[in-house]
Amino acid sequence: MKEHLLEVRDLRVSFDTYAGEVQAVRGVNFYLDSGETLAIVGESGCGKSVSVQTMMRLLPMPPARLKSGEIIYEGKDIAPLTDKEMENYRGKEFAMIFQDSMTSLNPTMRVGNQMCEGIVRHRKVSKEEARKIAVDMLGQVGIPNPEAAFRRYPHTMSGGQRQRVMIAMALSCNPKILIADEPTTALDVTMQAQILDIMNRLKDIHHTAIILITHDLGVVAQMADRIAVMYAGEIMESGDARQVFYQPSHPYTWGLLGAMPNLIQDVKSQLYTIPGTPPDLYAPPVGCPFAARCEYAMEACLKEEPPEFAVEGGHTSRCWLLDPRAPQVTPPEGIPALKKGGNDHE
Amino acid sequence: MKKYILKRLFISIITIWLIATCCFFLLRTLPGNPFATQQLLSVEMQQRMMSYYGLDRPLIEQYFTFMKNLLHGDFGSSLKYTGQSVNGIIASTFPVSAQLGLQSYLISFPIGILFGIIAARHRGRPIDYSLVAFSVLGVSVPVFVLASLLQYTFAIKLGLFPVALWSSMKHTILPTLTLAIGSIASKTRLMRTLMLEVITEDYVKTAKAKGLPTWKIVWNHQIRNAIIPMIPSLGMEIVSILMGSFVVEQIFSIPGIGAYFVNSVRSLDYTMTLGLTVFLGVFVVSANFIIDLIYGLVDPRIRVTK
Repeated sequence: MKEHLLEVRDLRVSFDTYAGEVQAVRGVNFYLDSGETLAIVGESGCGKSVSVQTMMRLLPMPPARLKSGEIIYEGKDIAPLTDKEMENYRGKEFAMIFQDSMTSLNPTMRVGNQMCEGIVRHRKVSKEEARKIAVDMLGQVGIPNPEAAFRRYPHTMSGGQRQRVMIAMALSCNPKILIADEPTTALDVTMQAQILDIMNRLKDIHHTAIILITHDLGVVAQMADRIAVMYAGEIMESGDARQVFYQPSHPYTWGLLGAMPNLIQDVKSQLYTIPGTPPDLYAPPVGCPFAARCEYAMEACLKEEPPEFAVEGGHTSRCWLLDPRAPQVTPPEGIPALKKGGNDHE
Repeated sequence: MKKYILKRLFISIITIWLIATCCFFLLRTLPGNPFATQQLLSVEMQQRMMSYYGLDRPLIEQYFTFMKNLLHGDFGSSLKYTGQSVNGIIASTFPVSAQLGLQSYLISFPIGILFGIIAARHRGRPIDYSLVAFSVLGVSVPVFVLASLLQYTFAIKLGLFPVALWSSMKHTILPTLTLAIGSIASKTRLMRTLMLEVITEDYVKTAKAKGLPTWKIVWNHQIRNAIIPMIPSLGMEIVSILMGSFVVEQIFSIPGIGAYFVNSVRSLDYTMTLGLTVFLGVFVVSANFIIDLIYGLVDPRIRVTK
């Protein structure tokens, strides 16, 4: 088997609260190869952020707790490492940009100094050299007059500029993986396009792999090589962007794709929504977590959790409809027909 | 910047003038006169005293005289402490109060901040609980109880320090501690809360994601941001500290400014009350002015630009 840059196996993360255990991530598997972009999509609270923040060890523990799972990076399981050892990975091997660029920079420090902190720490260079690297990076992300920007405070910059600074900061230590947690949610559409463009361009220059977390399928279409659809702490469907977009095989994915507004739609027609709300992760349901909201749900769905069915060439889906015994269903209008994966599930 | 300073200076002068004026007229609306309490004086004698100090003139004339003297920095002479000027009393008592206040401040500020940080960093652990317990106690135990307790333990039982008076460095330790403990307690509480707020900020997560060591995150990203809301209160605090603590000065028989202030109001020593109030006012106003400038240094968002 070919070794992946990063492989996450059976990741389970819970939060211990006074009300009980919240099972935020319930057995997530995914991998990432160098230079590719993996998009993790799903609605709020499905465990996307928790999964990657666990990788980065950014969650406060307690209340968060890693119940099980391996995080294999370059052949080494980094899950058991101590916080101290993780400091060498954070920023250097994996870097992260966050959703809200307005609050992600320290308001009392000059932008340049914030960038240099990481550079000095990981690249073991002098302050002057770090400064040069930082200014160069600011130029690369398209900030006009990077020398002056180096000395600016975050509050004097716009949201888009701050997100550029975040990208510059994240890439300044040449990380192998860039984790972008909803990087464009807080930006307007034009700025969003520019930021995605910068990420794509720099990814090619620096050969960085990207894990992109988003709930915006438009962003996914523009960026992703592969897609993992998450729901209630599990990955429901994953595969190449093409496969997931053009041959979606999970009713939840159908729902997500169907809920995407488009321009040719009749103005008067109602936007499609998935009925119901995600399950309570204090007490996750026994069967398929999506069963309660799924219009194709069968008896089996309520009783037993579906295994991962292989659809074709790396495209997998957790849905009983893919079982050969399941009835033939037609996905909603505009969504391509379901392809039965046969009985070659694990 | 220059314009800002000039503007602030102008506002400050207006403020002090308002304080002086309000205080002047408010004081004179109080019933009684400064000499009425001294039973030895006959009515005729009282009249003579009043005219000696010019208190029998029309109020508005007295006001202008007071203002004129004030412009020259002259607060007049005390009505009670015969032969002493208010300026002289300030000059002899203020340094004592200021020393006491500064000493306790220099102890309480760093320790309070440090305790707050430690408590927040170890939230929910025994050390946090003990610090919180200490601060609740420190805030709620009245100063006079604490003072007597310290006097009893350290002066009477252990004999380490003198019980009272103010003549050597050793004399200053117990009163300083008394003032400092309450102040440490309140600072611990405040700093703990502020730190807990900052710990969950996004930029702290960013700093962590950069792979910075913990001490660097705490130092560069948490403390500086946490401390910002403490700065505005600093001005008032410095003033209250410099103007002395009436209670502590009484208990330890310290010749500070506090007792004069309280007694002057009680005995209607007009010139003394006015003088001390204006003196305090100047202090509050200038302390706030300086604090506003410092604020900008710490928080670039409110830095004054041209």
